[in-house]
Amino acid sequence: MLAGLDLAVDAGELLLVTGANGSGKTTLLRALCGLLHLEEGQVLWQGRNVREDLPAYHAQLVYLGHAPPLKGDLTAHENLRFWVGIRRDVRREEISAALERVGATGWSERPVRTLSAGQKRRVALAGVSLCDASLWLLDEPTTNLDGDGQRLVGSLVDERLSSGGIVIAAVHQDLPVSRARSRRLELTCR
Amino acid sequence: MQVSTPAHRAAWLVLARDLRLALRKPSQCVQPLAFFAIVTTLFPLAISPELSRLREIASGVLWVAALLASLLALEFLFRDDAHDGTLEQYAISGQSLTWLVFAKTAAHWTLTGVPLALMAPLAGAALGVPYEAMPWLIAPIALGTLALSLIGSIGAALTLGVKRGGVLLTLLTLPLAVPVLIFGAQATDLAIRGASFVAPLYLLGAMAVLAVTLAPLAAAAAVRMSLE
Repeated sequence: MLAGLDLAVDAGELLLVTGANGSGKTTLLRALCGLLHLEEGQVLWQGRNVREDLPAYHAQLVYLGHAPPLKGDLTAHENLRFWVGIRRDVRREEISAALERVGATGWSERPVRTLSAGQKRRVALAGVSLCDASLWLLDEPTTNLDGDGQRLVGSLVDERLSSGGIVIAAVHQDLPVSRARSRRLELTCR
Repeated sequence: MQVSTPAHRAAWLVLARDLRLALRKPSQCVQPLAFFAIVTTLFPLAISPELSRLREIASGVLWVAALLASLLALEFLFRDDAHDGTLEQYAISGQSLTWLVFAKTAAHWTLTGVPLALMAPLAGAALGVPYEAMPWLIAPIALGTLALSLIGSIGAALTLGVKRGGVLLTLLTLPLAVPVLIFGAQATDLAIRGASFVAPLYLLGAMAVLAVTLAPLAAAAAVRMSLE
């Protein structure tokens, strides 16, 4: 599926992965997560093969795929408590602040199934920011978001990069980020 | 660097989340219980209202119904979480997937095995089980369904990627569940007769301990494979 890929991403750097549908953007992100077993090659984190200690590597990354990992019968607040809680102790106030940041003030106590796709995406972004991970792997993070939501993604990514994090995002259009340290990786179908 | 939440706390959160979800959407939990109640109450209608005859087959009926009811709910064990990406998040949470899978299975047992065990005396009443033997129906079915949930978790994880994997899940799980069925039915039969059922109960306990020890490891490995 993926071949001829050799790249390094530094702290504070944004890598935008682009390419046509089916070119392997999601596959690349899942491979970087360690979810896919590589037939050849390796993923290194801080110079070490991630397979040597996957739990330690996973503790430092957060991955947001196509579908937000939310339960329709739980509220946004409950979803984040369980999602983020298994990674780190998270206080109720922290969750409220993160939800407020993504504009979820009015509907954070509603069951997620009653929310629109864009609202669910915002809740998921609140979860990503709460996970406190150094490496963000985002698969089309602006999907279903309005202009305001897309700027929100840009500002969250900016903040992560400013604090020395790395963001790798599969996108079809540029992210509205202000920092200049971004690179583009174009995947092509063979 | 490791995640800051201890493994037991993460497992507790997964268990609490599944229990809360079940309370919000109880239909999935009620289905196996309704199946158990229907099967055990239909037998007296189909065979004979004669209590001595029903008592002879009571343990078999209770155990086959409990086994099939437990299997009925297994299909949902990981399916929803796999569908919405929650399982993927568990796999990359930095936590031991074995602990999280164990927590999910424990939630499944709490929602199906425990209610089935508590319902067993009532179902036993319809099958002519003597009043004094009714409380002794609970322990074998509780232990047996724990082993069944854990054994079934391996099958549920292996069939995650299969569309309509219910039949395959049953085929994978049933051979492993047969020893539980044999010793469970024997324990219940001895309890109904008023004899000591400690020996088969110990064996059921040993199977449950073995399942607690090994099944989450196998199920977690199968979940990882299915996510690839």
